[in-house]
Amino acid sequence: MAIEQDEIEKIAELARIRIDGDQVPEVTQRITEILAMVDRLQAADTAGVEPLANPLDAIQRLRADEVTESNRREDFQAIAPAVENGLYLVPRVIE
Amino acid sequence: MHTQTVSQLLQGLREKRFSSVELTRCFLDRIARLDGELNSFISVDEDNALAQAAAADARLARGEGGPLTGLPVAHKDIFCTDGLRTTCGSRMLDNFIPPYDATLIQRFRDSGSVLLGKTNMDEFAMGSSNETSYYGPVRNPWDHKLVPGGSSGGSAAAVAARLAPAATGTDTGGSIRQPAAFCGITGLKPTYGRVSRLGMVAFASSLDQAGPMARSAEDCALLLNTMAGHDPLDSTSSVQPVEDYCAGLGNSLQGLRIGLPREYFGEGLDSATGAAVRAALAELEKLGAELVDVSLPHSELTIPTYYIVAPAEASTNLSRYDGVRYGHRCDDPRDLHDLYTRTREEGFGDEVKRRILVGTYALSAGYYDAYYKKAQQVRRLIKDDFMRCFEQVDVLAGPTTPGPAFGIGAKSNDPVAMYLEDVYTLAVNLAGLPGMSVPAGLVGGNPVGLQLIGRHFAEGRLLNVAHRLQQVTDWHLLEPAAGRDA
Repeated sequence: MAIEQDEIEKIAELARIRIDGDQVPEVTQRITEILAMVDRLQAADTAGVEPLANPLDAIQRLRADEVTESNRREDFQAIAPAVENGLYLVPRVIE
Repeated sequence: MHTQTVSQLLQGLREKRFSSVELTRCFLDRIARLDGELNSFISVDEDNALAQAAAADARLARGEGGPLTGLPVAHKDIFCTDGLRTTCGSRMLDNFIPPYDATLIQRFRDSGSVLLGKTNMDEFAMGSSNETSYYGPVRNPWDHKLVPGGSSGGSAAAVAARLAPAATGTDTGGSIRQPAAFCGITGLKPTYGRVSRLGMVAFASSLDQAGPMARSAEDCALLLNTMAGHDPLDSTSSVQPVEDYCAGLGNSLQGLRIGLPREYFGEGLDSATGAAVRAALAELEKLGAELVDVSLPHSELTIPTYYIVAPAEASTNLSRYDGVRYGHRCDDPRDLHDLYTRTREEGFGDEVKRRILVGTYALSAGYYDAYYKKAQQVRRLIKDDFMRCFEQVDVLAGPTTPGPAFGIGAKSNDPVAMYLEDVYTLAVNLAGLPGMSVPAGLVGGNPVGLQLIGRHFAEGRLLNVAHRLQQVTDWHLLEPAAGRDA
């Protein structure tokens, strides 16, 4: 399936990845090649086949709702780009 | 000391023929001398390694210690190491110092092993050549113009060049087995869920699995004994009991039924590589195994299925890199949107961006059924093919790769050509099975591998087959020029 440049721009926006305008044709070309390769899937007969999400068909195990971890906020925030008073800082969102 | 196997080194340590400090120093010196050219390590923390070695020596002197006490091991830079930078081969994590250890790293610490350093890899484990690393390509110790394979290319090159006695890797679509084959070492991808994924930077969560990379099957068994086991902190970790992987190494292969999937010996396989694999199979036959023709009819759909499932999971996993909590952040963001989009533009390399875009596309409204759901359905057909084979045979065997290592730069501008390199390894991850690459000699002076595939949780059987093969052949003992360097 061919993909148009404006679709690539839309996907890049969904994925929150900026692509320089002059690189869009090259990225579009590469993604088109990959989609052409995966399109062979469409010919497979999968009527009635249950999708496989986990190779062992495992189910999510539950555990008791107990506190097992300690609070390490300072350790975690020590590696953040910008923090203040225990909060992560980002550019102003609400004017 | 650097020429000895893990089991020989452990014996030498226990008998006090050398100390862990001497042993660790030996490998640190080799890394300092030889790795400038190979580029197999991203981080080496000499002081910490030597401190761990000294602590190991103290334990050994008291007659204490675990199964790997004093043994230096290199770890792929995908495993979080408390206080030691963990980059995953990406600019995004260039400044990331984890505040905790991956369960795998903790298990190695508990076993007494010395953390030698962190090995180079394709960015976020996405690649088959180690060329997508932000830290530059790793060179193949057998020929510096060739790739070492990927994504665990640094671990494979380090073990092959005798810069580490053993290493860990991860395998999402062949990332342990393919570099093991290209570098002439032994590598095992265990059953999905056998080794904890906690603290292992996520790529495709239903496929990712960690495993050992070493010079022999016996060495891999020693490492897997430390690595395998249930982890309550990883909800996909298996509760299946763990066996002693060394216990069955010497078992007889008499009557073992080895299936040869005919799709793995057809068009696309380099003829000399095919001949090398057949020679290895003939040795197994002499040991009493019976070779059986089998079929995996959905093989041709493996690559398309993988390149939907893996990018879809990757696009979800990598959405966490937002420049807010850790990792790279762009300078002077204008607003929150600019912060996200420019951080991710700068932090990710081209291949990672491509896979995020493909994954986002496959999961987006209007395409989900045609791509993601369809791929998951075919994934079941691929797994069912294997299950049918295992009704007839105990183990499957074939080539690990279509040929020996290719040149640096030969495929780096053609993603689809690169994807085809993993044609024999991807299905094993889709089905969650254990798979192994074992040296099968040289083609044009460079190594190729025999791939062994087992039933779920049959790691012990694969190690047994590989060990018996290595008892009667010397392919695993061949050394590249870099390894012979005194």
